[in-house]
Amino acid sequence: MSSTIRLKTKIRDDITTVRAIIRHPMETGFRIDNATNALVPAHYINEVTVAHNGNIIMSCDWSRAVSKNPYLSFMFKGAKTGDKLELRWRDNENNTDSITTRIT
Amino acid sequence: MLITGWLKPISAFAKSNKAAFNANSLDKAIAAYFPGQEIQKSERITIGVYPVVENGAVVPIKINTDLPQVESMTIFVDKNPNPLIANFNLSPVCVGFISTRIKVQQDSNIIAMVKSNGVLFSTSTFIEVHEGGCA
Repeated sequence: MSSTIRLKTKIRDDITTVRAIIRHPMETGFRIDNATNALVPAHYINEVTVAHNGNIIMSCDWSRAVSKNPYLSFMFKGAKTGDKLELRWRDNENNTDSITTRIT
Repeated sequence: MLITGWLKPISAFAKSNKAAFNANSLDKAIAAYFPGQEIQKSERITIGVYPVVENGAVVPIKINTDLPQVESMTIFVDKNPNPLIANFNLSPVCVGFISTRIKVQQDSNIIAMVKSNGVLFSTSTFIEVHEGGCA
């Protein structure tokens, strides 16, 4: 299966912009499935961490109210082209995925 | 060295805050997430969000601040069933900026809180939502 994560970076004047999109349903637990008329159980990412060359530089604690297929962008200083950037997520069912990219 | 200094507070923080994420009012969510902490209004935080939103399921939001030593940025939506939406822990290398997309159920105040140098600052903005996004 292909990764659930698309991770892009761009360095400009020592500031690296990170943009990520994660494929995830982010079910709130409030939605009713039209086919079965049953509530769809809550299923959402509650933890995201991003590491630069192995050091965690930012982390997120999310609720079910982050939109489906979450988008995340932030910026940080001190990276060089070729450095490693890893994004990892975990959801409330303990599923996880991660991706590592080289900063460009 | 950054990693040891950083991992511990994050995990400790995440575990103790189920109550805050489950809180059903803004006051309760803030009290549970930032217990006993004073919050100052600040004009140095900007919330980038459209004032009128058609689809509450996908509301793009950006938080910017020029406050120094930003440790975290937190988003609340006062009229959502659970007002605490997302928290972002930023390490010292980060710029005071995050961007994401959130669900907003109805017309609401969006509140952004920034912890800078150990002190909590906040700002808020009102948005109108035509079709709610919490289903």
